[in-house]
Order: sequence, then structure tokens, then C-alpha cells
Amino acid sequence: MIKKLALSALAALALSGTAAHAAGGESGHHTENVRFSFDGPFGAFDQNQLQRGLKIYTEVCSACHGLRYVPIRTLADEGGPHLPEDQVRAYAGNFEVFDPELDDFRAATPNDHFPMSNLENAPDLSLMAKARAAFHGPQGLGINQFLYGIGGPEHIVGILTGYTGETREQAGVTYYENTAFDSGWIAMAPPLAGQDVEFDDGHSNDLHHEAEDVAAFLMWAAEPKLMARKQVGFVAVTFLILLSVLLYLTNKRIWKPIKHRKKTV
Amino acid sequence: MAGIPHDHYEPKTKGEKWVESRLPVIGLIYDTIMIPTPKNLNWMWIWGIVLAFCLALQIVTGIVLVMHYTPHVDLAFASVEHIMRDVNGGFFLRYLHMNGASLFFFAVYLHIFRGLYYGSYKAPREITWIVGMIIYLLMMATGFMGYVLPWGQMSFWGATVITGLFGAIPFIGEALQTWLLGGPAVDNATLNRFFSLHYLLPFVIAGLVIVHIWAFHTTGNNNPTGVDVRRDSKANAQKDTLPFWPYFVIKDFFALAVVLAVFFAIVGFMPNFLGHPDNYIEANPLATPAHIVPEWYFLPFYAILRAFTADVWVVMFFNWITGGIIDAKFFGVLAMFGAIVAMALVPWLDTSRVRSGKYRPTFKWWFWLLALDFMVLMWAGAMPAEPPYSTISLIGATYWFAYFFVILPLLGVFEKPQTPPATIEEDFDAHYGDKTPAE
Repeated sequence: MIKKLALSALAALALSGTAAHAAGGESGHHTENVRFSFDGPFGAFDQNQLQRGLKIYTEVCSACHGLRYVPIRTLADEGGPHLPEDQVRAYAGNFEVFDPELDDFRAATPNDHFPMSNLENAPDLSLMAKARAAFHGPQGLGINQFLYGIGGPEHIVGILTGYTGETREQAGVTYYENTAFDSGWIAMAPPLAGQDVEFDDGHSNDLHHEAEDVAAFLMWAAEPKLMARKQVGFVAVTFLILLSVLLYLTNKRIWKPIKHRKKTV
Repeated sequence: MAGIPHDHYEPKTKGEKWVESRLPVIGLIYDTIMIPTPKNLNWMWIWGIVLAFCLALQIVTGIVLVMHYTPHVDLAFASVEHIMRDVNGGFFLRYLHMNGASLFFFAVYLHIFRGLYYGSYKAPREITWIVGMIIYLLMMATGFMGYVLPWGQMSFWGATVITGLFGAIPFIGEALQTWLLGGPAVDNATLNRFFSLHYLLPFVIAGLVIVHIWAFHTTGNNNPTGVDVRRDSKANAQKDTLPFWPYFVIKDFFALAVVLAVFFAIVGFMPNFLGHPDNYIEANPLATPAHIVPEWYFLPFYAILRAFTADVWVVMFFNWITGGIIDAKFFGVLAMFGAIVAMALVPWLDTSRVRSGKYRPTFKWWFWLLALDFMVLMWAGAMPAEPPYSTISLIGATYWFAYFFVILPLLGVFEKPQTPPATIEEDFDAHYGDKTPAE
């Protein structure tokens, strides 16, 4: 009977997986898995990596892109880059925001959000890591995201490292060939070339490492409560399994006299 | 209360008598909780509890989410991000609500197919079945409108496609669609009315759930044999049944805990598994997504909707006979709603005198083919509307209708069913108890 239950559960999971398949499988590009520290049920953000990613974002990406949904104060959050308060305050001071009360621009404070994109056609990056899923296997079911994550950060790595060097002009706009981009041609010039930023901790700054670091940072930006979520999930699953065992034993016990009585016939 | 003879509540203390003579609420609760339940129910009878839990979960998480959500086209998307980032525990509430909808539909499909297999829809449970179908329709409406609220790309374009279905109705369609949307296109007026209805309908569902339970508490539960509980005497009834408390409450709670363990693993470790990544992009009326895909639980019917294209002969025939009033689009809409109506009419389409599919050797094959058909349609619904998927959808849709309108009516005439056990007690004793032969 339990087998039947499990089977039907599997069937439905498989079913819903077909939806997940259609959900993201449009691009048809192969995305290489990256072993991020935050993959899997027990994965956690690497604080140092997030700080490096923040540095790349600040020095490179933020020239055009924004993070409009991310409050700057969350840079101090545990489970995130976890910067000291004074550093967050100093960091916020780098940005100018428009204050409707002053009717003027002023230096940002930690309670403000990151600025919006500077360029109209540069998408906001707040949710980019969740808005581009790249993994749908096995068999299009998408269940492997249990172990590998949804593939959004991998897609970002793919874009940042996928430039072939080819360009073409169309209606006055230069397009760059990119193997990870849907149409194959992207309007964004290669943002990273390697050695773009210097890290205080001396971490490698070759192209691939930079791409991974900034992708990890963007995953945090998209899902800042990832670690808290996994922790709640872990506690809930543990207690529910415990509860299941207790209820199983209770159920067995109360049914015992019913199922194992002598026949009256 | 009509139904299976059993002991009723007798107030004993002075206080109980005082309450019971003024409002017989304790007796009502007692009779509901202690309802005699066929003792041979299997594990497919647990989904009712899971569904009740889902409704409660969705209402409770939903009410808290509403406290932080803003139904306005400029603010809705940001307010959801506010919930995800700033509200204490908001991210978990939202993921629970989002995945709770999937658990709700997962459970309702197993519940419905259990009913289809064991003939739970047959006399005298037609009203239970019909009320259940209305609940299911309201669930779909609620789920659909809820999906619009985060105001992502799929919210917007899903709403555009689905409300467009009403636009396909001849003569009044366009006016109806405008009336539903509150304007010429999906916009702020649409978001606001969907929000209002998304809040209202769950309470309508809750009311109908009470009617659903009331109905089957009157007729008694069906059971895997489809044999009725003996009602000629209390003694006989007691041989076939056990009180709901504690036997089935504990059993159901055990099953619920197992289901919830899986559910919380999904919510905790892969909450976006069933979602569409495009819904993390704010709605943009100027940018149409490459593929507009509804949530997984709508896919089978979405496939049926898209299956009937203008080059299908049935569509061409109806187009010709109605002088062009029924075009392919409208035919698809009729087929989609017809597929659900067919299911709702099944109490009168199944002509077999044997209730449970367990004792119907031919029926079994057709039933499992229907279950497979449902899954194939779900898969095809997620694929682009082009060959071979459109052909597969058409075959799948045809079987869906054939099952209800041709196979079930004919099977009752031509099938030679086996003989079910005479009583539930006999069935139960065949599986459990002292194994020494009774003879």
C-alpha cells in the first residue's frame, strides 16, 4: 500500500516535472554545472565568495545594471555577505538616490535599496539568478535541482564566459556572439575579461573565477533567505519524519486488535 | 442524522445538557468525528484529509500574505519581493502558499482518480461527486487568479491567454472578456478583481467542503469493494465499520505527516521546482514570453484546449454546420470545459451495476489508460503547439471524451464483472485476522 502511495507520488512529481521542462527548456543551450557552495539541501553561501562577487558587481556590473529590489542593509545579514555595519554604511555612501522628500539627490543610506539600472536596456539583476533556470534533467523532469540548484547562477557564468569574440552590426547596434545566450547574439559587450578586479584575499581573478563569484553574489541577491529557508526545511522535515514514525506506531497499535482478532464465523 | 446506525451523543453532565438543549453542537461534532467508517478503506482514502489540510494552509498563509501584499500593477511585484526579503518568515510563507497550491492539486487529482476507479461517484453519492467537481472548478479559478497576483511575466501572459478564452465565445465573447478584465486588456482593474476573488473563493470552497462532507456522511463512505455498509441493524453495521476516531484519524494523520515531509522538503530545498522562471521577471505588456505555459495542474486541460485546431475534421464539420459560429478557438474552449463536464456527468454515464473497478476486469484497463492519458495530456500541454505534440494532444483529448461518453456506457452492458464480496466484513476478514479457515 505504501508502495502504491510512493508510486503515485513519484508519478505526480514526474508529471509536474514536465511543466518544469517546458518552463525553462527553451534556450536549448547546454549549461555546464558549477559546483557552488550553496547547491543541495545542505549547501550554504560562501561569505568570502559573496564579498568578492559584490566587489565585481560594484566595480563592473553596476556601471549599467541595477539591483532595485535589494536593500543595501542586507549586505550585513548573516547568511549573506555579512559585512560589518560600518562597511555597509560606507558602501551605501557610494550611491546617490533620489529622495522625494528633499526633492533632490542625496547619498544613499543602508536602508535604501541598490540603485536601478543606469541603462534602459540593461535588465535589473535582483532576480536574474532565479529568472533564468538552466537545468531540467534528468529527462526534463528538473528533479536534479534538488542537488544542483535551479541553474540560474550557472546560466550567468555561461553568459559571462560564453563570448566567442565575434561581433556583428545591426541597425547601428553591435551584437556579440555568446554561446549561452538564447539568440546567440547579445547586445552586452563582454563585461569581464579576467583580472578585472583585485581581491584583498588574493583569490584568483581569472575570468572563470570572477564569473562564478559574481554569479554566486547574484544568487544571494535573488534569494537572500536561501540558508534560512534550507534550515527551516531541514527542521520541518526532521520533525515530520519523527512525527510520521510516532504516528505509524500509534496507528499500528490501535489497529492491532482489529486486524489480529479471532474470526467470529 | 440519517445514515449508518450508530450510537449518538448523550449529554451526561448538567453543563452538557444545558448546552445541548440550546445548541446541539457537541452532538454534531461527536456524530461527525465518530461516524462509522468502512474498516477496509485503503491508503487512497487519505487524500481527503490532505485536501482539508491544504485548504487550511492556503487560507492561513494567504491571510498573512495579504497583510503585506499590494494589489497594484506598479507595486505588486515589488511587494512580493518585500515579502521575500523584509517580512519576518515571509519567504517561507510565500513558498508554502506557492507550493501549497501544487500540493492541493496533486491531492485533488489522486482524490478524483480514486473516485473514478472505485466508482465513488455512483448512486447514491452523485451529489457528493457533483459538489466535489464544483469545488475542483473553484480551485482552478482560485489557483489561476492567485497566479496572476505576483504580477510576473507568466502571471500577466497567462491571464491574457486564459481570459482570451472567454473572448472566443461567439457574439458576446468580446464584451464578456472586457467585462471580466475591467478593460480592454489585463491591467490594474484585472489585478484588483482577481485579488478580491482570490480572497473570496477559498471561503466558498470551505463552505462547499462542508456540504461535500455532509453529503458523504449521509450516504456513508465508499470503500474499495464498493459494497455498502449493512444498515439493517446496528450490530451488522458495527461489523462493517469502525468509528472515524481514532482509527481513521490516526491513519490519516500518519499519511498526512508523510506527505508533509515530502512537501516541506520541496518547499525547503527546491521551492521553485514547480514554478516558471519567467515569473521572476516583472510583467511587461510589451514583451511576450517565447512559450506561455500555465501551471502544471492546468496542463491536461490546456492540451485539450489546444488540440482542436482548424484542420481537425470535427472542428471543420461543426464550423460548417453552424455557419462559422463555432470556430477552432471556440471549439477548443468548449472541449476544455466539456472535458470537465464529462467528468462531472460520470455518475450517469457509467452504466455498470458493479460499483468498484476492482471487480471489473475490462474496466480496469480502460481506467488505467485514462490515467495514462491524463499524464500524456499533461506532458503535451507543456510542449509547444506543433507536431507531433498537437497530434498527441488530439489523440489524448479524443480518448478522454471516448472514455466518458462511449466506453463507460458500453462497458456496463458488455462487461462481465466479477462478484464482489457480500459484505465489507467478509472482505476485511479475507485480509486480516486469524488465518485459520472459517469453514
